[in-house]
Amino acid sequence: MSHETEDRQTLIANQFISSLPHAKSLGMRLVEIGDGLAAIEMDYDERFVGDPETGVIHGGAVSALMDTCSGAAVMCHPQASLGTATLDLRIDYMRSATPGQTIIARAECYHVTRSVAFVRATAYDDDRDRPVATSTGAFTVERKA
Amino acid sequence: MRKPEPVQVVKQRRDAALERLIQSMPYSRFLGIQFDRRGDELTAVLPFKDDLIGNPILPAIHGGATAAFLETAAIVELAWSMIWSDIEGEEPQGVKVRLPKTIDITVDYLRSGLPRDAYARARITRAGRRYASVHVEAWQDNRERPFAQATGHFLMPSRDG
Repeated sequence: MSHETEDRQTLIANQFISSLPHAKSLGMRLVEIGDGLAAIEMDYDERFVGDPETGVIHGGAVSALMDTCSGAAVMCHPQASLGTATLDLRIDYMRSATPGQTIIARAECYHVTRSVAFVRATAYDDDRDRPVATSTGAFTVERKA
Repeated sequence: MRKPEPVQVVKQRRDAALERLIQSMPYSRFLGIQFDRRGDELTAVLPFKDDLIGNPILPAIHGGATAAFLETAAIVELAWSMIWSDIEGEEPQGVKVRLPKTIDITVDYLRSGLPRDAYARARITRAGRRYASVHVEAWQDNRERPFAQATGHFLMPSRDG
């Protein structure tokens, strides 16, 4: 890993969430980064519940987590730049997240072209064998001037 | 023929049913989503607030907030269509809120979401007993220039019980 990449990843780690008001208001924490990789956690919160009868977190909050984590993975890719925007994001919900448990998303930016980054992500609760949701997305790559 | 109901009675019944539905979703309250009703047509409204921002430099609404807004609009549209047939059908019955579950949703980001109010309308493209497909479009200043759209598939709650 080059110094430039390392510096950029440290910068992202330190400032990423705090510079995103929406991610901050959902209490997200960046817990891991690498080349084209990111992991972000989000604690259970009653305000994020979709259906009070089950206490399960709303899909929208999981979407926000997947989107943020995928964007972070793009920014951590050595060939991408510091800015990115989502072009599209598809999320599959495999099962309901267990109420009360923290959700962690791991995203991998597996391919980057001159203008597009492709990312997949998986979200888990405490049971790491059965994903809660998976996503695939395309993100913009901002060219360095 | 039955005498038509007074307009206020009709409005009060429909508004109360819609309110119960919206209040049943804590996350949409957290985002501040409101619904505007004209007859059975709903428009979801996301009033702008600072903590919806995802890119502070532009600034732009967070893609996750946009996705949640579209998903909420789709779920409420589906739940509302069930409630509507309950309260306006041949044999009207009490409001029972049953929420569909999202199977998958694909969001297209067409333009960046500006720091102002957003609106969304959902159209049920297929409503089966178990599965439903919904298309949602969201716009801000100009209805002809949507900033995001989504297609989702949903698992419908069982009609009985």
